[in-house]
Amino acid sequence: MIGSTAVAAPDRATAESATPSLIRARALTKRFGEFTAVDGIEFDVAPGEAFGFLGPNGAGKTSTMRMIGCVSPVTDGELTVLGMDPERDGPRIRARIGVVPQQDTLDTELTVEDNLMIYGRYFGLSRGEARRRAKELLDFVQLTERANDQVEPLSGGMKRRLSVARSLINQPDLMLLDEPTTGLDPQARHMVWDRLYRLKQRGVTLVLTTHYMDEAEQLCDRLVVMDKAKIVAEGSPRQLIERYSTREVTEMRFDPAVQDGLGDELDGLAERVERLPDRVLLYTDDGEAAAVAAHERGLRPETVLVRRSTLEDVFLRLTGRSLIE
Amino acid sequence: MTAWTGERPTTEPAIDSMLARISRVYEHQFLLYRRTWRGSIFNSFLSPILFLLAMGVGLGSYVDKGGGGALGVPYLAFLAPGLLAAAVMQTASFEATFPIMAGFVWTKRYHAMHATPLQPREIALGQIGWTATRITLVGAIFVLVMIPFGAIYSPLVILAIPVATLTGLAFATPIAAYAATQKTMNRFNYIFRFGITPLFLFSGTFFPVDQLPGFLQPIAWLTPLYHGVALCRSLALGTVGANPVAGLIHLGVLLAFIAAGLFACLVQFDRRLSK
Repeated sequence: MIGSTAVAAPDRATAESATPSLIRARALTKRFGEFTAVDGIEFDVAPGEAFGFLGPNGAGKTSTMRMIGCVSPVTDGELTVLGMDPERDGPRIRARIGVVPQQDTLDTELTVEDNLMIYGRYFGLSRGEARRRAKELLDFVQLTERANDQVEPLSGGMKRRLSVARSLINQPDLMLLDEPTTGLDPQARHMVWDRLYRLKQRGVTLVLTTHYMDEAEQLCDRLVVMDKAKIVAEGSPRQLIERYSTREVTEMRFDPAVQDGLGDELDGLAERVERLPDRVLLYTDDGEAAAVAAHERGLRPETVLVRRSTLEDVFLRLTGRSLIE
Repeated sequence: MTAWTGERPTTEPAIDSMLARISRVYEHQFLLYRRTWRGSIFNSFLSPILFLLAMGVGLGSYVDKGGGGALGVPYLAFLAPGLLAAAVMQTASFEATFPIMAGFVWTKRYHAMHATPLQPREIALGQIGWTATRITLVGAIFVLVMIPFGAIYSPLVILAIPVATLTGLAFATPIAAYAATQKTMNRFNYIFRFGITPLFLFSGTFFPVDQLPGFLQPIAWLTPLYHGVALCRSLALGTVGANPVAGLIHLGVLLAFIAAGLFACLVQFDRRLSK
């Protein structure tokens, strides 16, 4: 299973010049008519790393992924994928990447195994080789016993795993996963994470988008936070938390009437105080102490929770908003 | 079975030729067809049998009694090749609407294909190629059914099969291009209600177009079905040699519709997939 804390990443910024980037974006921009979906973003993805785009819906994550996947032309700026130009070398690049799209694009009129088989054929595999890999991959995503079933009755989690298996049929150097676990129940999510974690350990470069901070923390060595078409921060999950948040957070829930009446009682209780519509967050290195101090000031929240800072707090700090709205 | 090890190629994978990539789309459609081919073949036999019985034999005996000599041949022989072209047009139009919608919206299989080395134009060409195969099968079965009805007057009827296919493609290509612009199937009804059905009835399939009111005749000439019906009929009756120029004009019109439709198809598939 996946560890419960984020994996510390080597600092890729210094490695940039030494290792050629699998993906390199400079001033990358995507516009649809008047609307700017991606506004001049810059990033590098090194071979073997798990790189994430974290941000709310509409931040420009999917547009970025589609440009990397060479199915959406770059409007402006520079993008190289596997050292090639998506505009000129789209088919050659796509031959070496595996895509798990946000919405399943499985063929619901074919069996589970035929979905993989025909996909292998699109990558130019012989029928025999496509069958061989299909069987191996079904084993990898634990769907062997469903091989001859139709796709439609599969659960959401099974379909996602089948999408993951399909994206591996061409033995990709790079995997693009757009919201890989959105809409799945917790158990199915863990199953997908587990498979992705294994892929990462086998050296497959993963690029994923998510609006779940726990997903980003579990899977990403390094990530960028996107908001309103721009990158607002970059680093490993741990670096981002250290840079933009405190070690701990004390969450206090008050009766709404009480919270509305709160004045300066909260001042000075913590390094930073966030008032959300339904709770107050105290950012501090010692959450217990902050809770005690609040009690001494006569504050009587209905519930108090002391926890570690997460990427959600980073996002809140950077944008003033929650990830999932 | 060996466990998947995450092996990766050390060299860049070879890329298929464009023709090979197009053929994969075809192969995919063939896999899908394996599920429904029995019903589809059954319909391809049943529909011409019913039409030729009811209209050709039933109605035809009245027409022939009532001085049908105006047609020069029994009504059945007049009707059958026209129906061949019209039946292929109907199947082709169907194949160019709902399966295209499925590819873009319902199963999203075109989007899945585009994530592989396939280019949008190759996806379009593979899909149209498959449609051509499907409707050729419909046309061939139709001609087979014509034999026991005694509706065949010339061995040239064999050539009516590819002409019927061209007639179908003259509809399938522009309709598929239109379908590629649609997000729902709501407007497909208009195509059938105001396009396909009137053409089926008024393009010379059941009676010569010179029986139409004068102002409608030029409209009939502008539609591909009129030319497909006329050419299929002249081949089935063996009269094409009497006026080869007319035959070439019919063929030219069909090819022009296909060329324009195919071009529109390539443009729309690219627009839809490469946003």
